[in-house]
Amino acid sequence: MSILHNHPAKAKEFVANDERMHWHDQALWFVREKRDRISKTIPEWETLRKYADQIKSHTMANLDKYLLEFEKNANAKGIKVHFAKDAQEHNEIVHRILSENNVKKVVKSKSMLTEECHLNPYLESKGMEVVDTDLGERIVQLRNEPPSHIVLPAIHLKKQDVSDTFHKEMGTEKGNYDPTYLTRAAREDLRQKFLDADAGITGVNFAIANTGGVVVCTNEGNADMGASLPKLHIACMGIEKVIPRLQDLSVFTRLLARSATGQAITSYTSHFHGPVEGGQMHIVIVDNKRTPFLQSESYKKALNCIRCGACMNTCPIYRRSGGHSYDYVIPGPIGSTLGTFRDPKKHKTLSFACTLCGSCTNVCPVKIDLDSQLYTHRQDLREMNIISNQKRLSMQFASWLMSKPALFDFAGKIARKVVPNLPKFMIYNRFNVWGKQRDLPDMPKKSFKELYKEEFGNDK
Amino acid sequence: MTSKELILKNIRTNNVVQDTTLPDYSNFGLTFEDKHSYFSTMLESVGGKALFIKKEELEETIKSIYPDEKIITSNVEGFSLANFDANKENDPHKLKDIDLAVVKGEFAVAENGAVWVKNRDNRHRALYFIAQNIILVLEKSAIVNNMHEAYELISFGEPSYGAFISGPSKTADIEQSLVIGAHGPKSGYVIFVE
Ligand code: SF4
Repeated sequence: MSILHNHPAKAKEFVANDERMHWHDQALWFVREKRDRISKTIPEWETLRKYADQIKSHTMANLDKYLLEFEKNANAKGIKVHFAKDAQEHNEIVHRILSENNVKKVVKSKSMLTEECHLNPYLESKGMEVVDTDLGERIVQLRNEPPSHIVLPAIHLKKQDVSDTFHKEMGTEKGNYDPTYLTRAAREDLRQKFLDADAGITGVNFAIANTGGVVVCTNEGNADMGASLPKLHIACMGIEKVIPRLQDLSVFTRLLARSATGQAITSYTSHFHGPVEGGQMHIVIVDNKRTPFLQSESYKKALNCIRCGACMNTCPIYRRSGGHSYDYVIPGPIGSTLGTFRDPKKHKTLSFACTLCGSCTNVCPVKIDLDSQLYTHRQDLREMNIISNQKRLSMQFASWLMSKPALFDFAGKIARKVVPNLPKFMIYNRFNVWGKQRDLPDMPKKSFKELYKEEFGNDK
Repeated sequence: MTSKELILKNIRTNNVVQDTTLPDYSNFGLTFEDKHSYFSTMLESVGGKALFIKKEELEETIKSIYPDEKIITSNVEGFSLANFDANKENDPHKLKDIDLAVVKGEFAVAENGAVWVKNRDNRHRALYFIAQNIILVLEKSAIVNNMHEAYELISFGEPSYGAFISGPSKTADIEQSLVIGAHGPKSGYVIFVE
């Protein structure tokens, strides 16, 4: 059913609550502004971005070599490394390690990869208890929802929602909306889960080839609690997380938190280079449709993403349509390009959920060409004959029109005269879902070209 | 073919990513005239606090910040107020009732208010997270400008664990309101001694 993966239709639900939409927009814009402020305190910011891009590109060009180097060095530190070609195999490996160690209860810290692989339901179906321990993740887990943002999983919820959920699931006071009260309640609840857990699963922010260890960044300390109390730690990562050298981490630890939330660094940047005393550490490295990116001139850079979330915080569409409208594990600009490449049929509406404003590309700490990837996806989808006839024809018409400058000028002139006088039903109809909540701006009297000529026409 | 071989093969087949050189970080990154004051500002902005004292004032200072904490552990030399030896415990779960951990830090980073800790004198890495409050103690001279200088000082020869810690644990997952004290310590001080 196409309706399940239809961004405009899902966005329509989100924008129906006007107040919440504006609140969501503001909340993310606030984070974006914090990112701007802190990035300006680093004079070498642009050089850092350039370095990050270089390191990632170098790694991707030599990925086989670095994965092997990482495996060798991790083994030397007593870490067991596993490779999984897809989500199914990843889940099976994790399950096998857990059941070999008689694990019943698992605490998990944030990992988009395990979300992507649907690890929780898999382990639950095998009779294990899996508790997400990042507060935002815990909230959405208790509500049976996926995260709506990769860094701020519960950004779509208000404190009333959290309070109601906690009241129902943890017996907190009804109607107590105080974030401190609610956080403390979750702390107590989760502390017991940490103490009772038989194993901890974490994601990986960076895996260092020349030292054989992994780095996990959190503010809450939940990854560390989960990885250091039980005897068993399993870290799950995509193949793209590896970086060559320990000193390259300096670039990423400087960029990540500043881009994500406007902090100089996360409260905890933990470097795991071996198991706890008398324990075991495993790392599962997953492909799951990542390698094809390396073969694509247009989309190869999407694999360089460090999952900071800056592109979604700045995206005008994401901010107004909410993460759930993307129906993909990673929302926003980066999710749209990853999702469309991996399964174009299923996610055919995502590359159109973009104004091509380029803001995502401008904030991306590793300089991924997000807006041009989304633009390219539209042509590719058209070539593959995947998009709807209506969209295909209008794209065809637009490119035909734009290739004829005189006709385009003329059409513009007519439009500026005609559109303002059109009856509403012709502009805002069922073919224009976006028009449901917004008006077209007033049409200018003159075209940009005419204005430009008037202003600068004589400057030769 | 194993999954590992398959993945490596897929990486090698038609890889179109152009190779580039890795950056060199010598003399790279911002520096500060007064590293300590920048560090203090950064740490305070995330809910922590830095103090500068003489070595002899350590006990008195800590007592005045935390007069009521009962179970105290420490691996800092010359600190005698500890009444619980975390390193003696075989099981980190036994650390769950610690009110205050006074732990050695290796060095501080001015640009972000973080302190590098490595468990050489600390048997259980859980200590940094399970204690209700934490104080990191380090030499005043142990401070660098930025993360590039920081990684120059770090190595991982043997199996181990190390972390940059900046302030107490915190979260802003409920409507972006900052709450100090998520799973880890609810307060965090950094004490520089001379
Ligand atoms: S694409 Fe860039 S901005 Fe977006 S999450 Fe990834 S690294 Fe961050």
